[in-house]
Amino acid sequence: MSNMSGNLVALQTIVRREIVRIMRIWTQTLIPPAITMTLYFVIFGKLIGSRIGNIQGEFTYMQYIVPGLVMMSIITNSYGNISSSFFGAKFQRSVEEMLVSPMSNWVILLGYVTGAVARGLVVGLLVLLIALFFTNLHVAHPLVTILSVLFGATIFSLAGFVNAVYAKKFDDIALVPTFVLTPLTYLGGVFYSVNMLGEPWQAISRINPILYMVNAFRFGVLGISDVQIGVAFGVMLVFVIGLSWLALSLLHRGVGLRS
Amino acid sequence: MSSSPALVVDNLRKTYGNGVQALKGINLTVQPGDFFALLGPNGAGKSTLIGILSSLVNSSGGDAQIFGVSVNKQRNEAMKLIGLVPQEINFNQFEKPFDICVNEAGFYGIPRRIAAERAEKYLKELRLWDKAQDQARMLSGGMKRRLMIARAMMNEPRLLILDEPTAGVDIEIRRSMWQFVSGINAAGTTVILTTHYLEEAEQLCRNIAIIDHGTIVENTSMKQLLSKLDVETFVFDVDNLPESLPSLPGINFRRVDEHTLEAEMPRTEAMNAMFEAFSTHGITVTSMRNKTNRLEELFVRLVENGRQEPGKEKAA
Repeated sequence: MSNMSGNLVALQTIVRREIVRIMRIWTQTLIPPAITMTLYFVIFGKLIGSRIGNIQGEFTYMQYIVPGLVMMSIITNSYGNISSSFFGAKFQRSVEEMLVSPMSNWVILLGYVTGAVARGLVVGLLVLLIALFFTNLHVAHPLVTILSVLFGATIFSLAGFVNAVYAKKFDDIALVPTFVLTPLTYLGGVFYSVNMLGEPWQAISRINPILYMVNAFRFGVLGISDVQIGVAFGVMLVFVIGLSWLALSLLHRGVGLRS
Repeated sequence: MSSSPALVVDNLRKTYGNGVQALKGINLTVQPGDFFALLGPNGAGKSTLIGILSSLVNSSGGDAQIFGVSVNKQRNEAMKLIGLVPQEINFNQFEKPFDICVNEAGFYGIPRRIAAERAEKYLKELRLWDKAQDQARMLSGGMKRRLMIARAMMNEPRLLILDEPTAGVDIEIRRSMWQFVSGINAAGTTVILTTHYLEEAEQLCRNIAIIDHGTIVENTSMKQLLSKLDVETFVFDVDNLPESLPSLPGINFRRVDEHTLEAEMPRTEAMNAMFEAFSTHGITVTSMRNKTNRLEELFVRLVENGRQEPGKEKAA
């Protein structure tokens, strides 16, 4: 058996195992984000949103926040999936099953990232379906929509993987979502347009990577964005490349995994 | 490649970040088909050596070759040849034994259909098939150990490394595990075993290395090693023990309690004179046994000698 075909079997194995894990604990992985986002739609979209006028002309506040909330679900679930799954494997030492096998490091990374992206996409789809109970949506640019979702999920899967590699205890994988991910998401233009902000807040907001993901997705769905789409994809590409390199480098050196 | 030794360890060194020198340039050769014992006290460097062989630990220098394949230079190829049963339970406790085995095969690039057949075969051989669809955390300690052996067999390795696989396992299950591993060895798989149950190493293994403080203090065949033991200690259960013990040249008697006597004597010494002395002193022997097994006695002596002469190595 060639190395490539062996690696492909190994990749399928990791992805299948991740999907089985997501489905086995679906009450923890799929239902909570759906409930949380329903509450966002009811409170921010319906109750408060009805008192806010249209945003950028033609879109109701509900329509405006749907892409942001969908992207927020994708980001947090991709991140949470990979960080808890990979750290759990480290904690139980079952990660050693992979480390002593002949599979390449990129297979381990790609397998976990694919699993995390899959959960992000499933949760994103669920949230999108729930959103359709509250408002009408038409996808303006399907390709941009799909690409922005894939980039967003991949970036935060990679970030979650790096977090899990460094983590020594479960607290370490809870710290980043609480103190970094959540603030960046809320300040990333999910609930408002950064054009509403004065300087220097508008400039500060533009160093937040989540702003580019939310706006790329919003452009895909609604056709409006606070940032140039080319710049948004450029920023996301840089993050994908940078984080992939970092994650592979950590695996290669065995940081947190090999003595 | 088939004529290469199963394992060649060449000047292997490991110094951890905290400065501890776990391996101080050891050399070792294990021939194909061997059942090889790697013994040593806790902290001697056994697990570090196994960690390097299985690529869980990065070496600080030297190399190891598995059937001629370098662990340093061709890691992935070398790992295809190894099956590892680690000391600690290291599978996902929430998965089913069947899935654990099938996934393990998947990590080695073995297609799912073949993996499922092998999982059934090895789980049945290790008497775990009726638990194949239970959560692994529900298994007993002995079952978990057997599951790790089944998992290690999924890639049908040419070299099986067992790191204290019977720790905490009851005698019946331990014997069934040894029966299985002996069968694997008889079928051609080279086995390296570390254990603290020295009588098992003595029974199962043909060759042996003893490691202490990161150096190999002995590396020879089990037969040769055991022949080095020139003194044996016997324990006698007696009906009555008089105040004055027998006195015979070359034999040291020691009273343990009113009904127990120990005698340390050269292995070449005939026992007839001792029994005659017992009769003379009116001592009735009801039973007798070896105080410790022979390997245990040698092991203690070698390790103690090594500590008196640090750095001395008798590598192959």
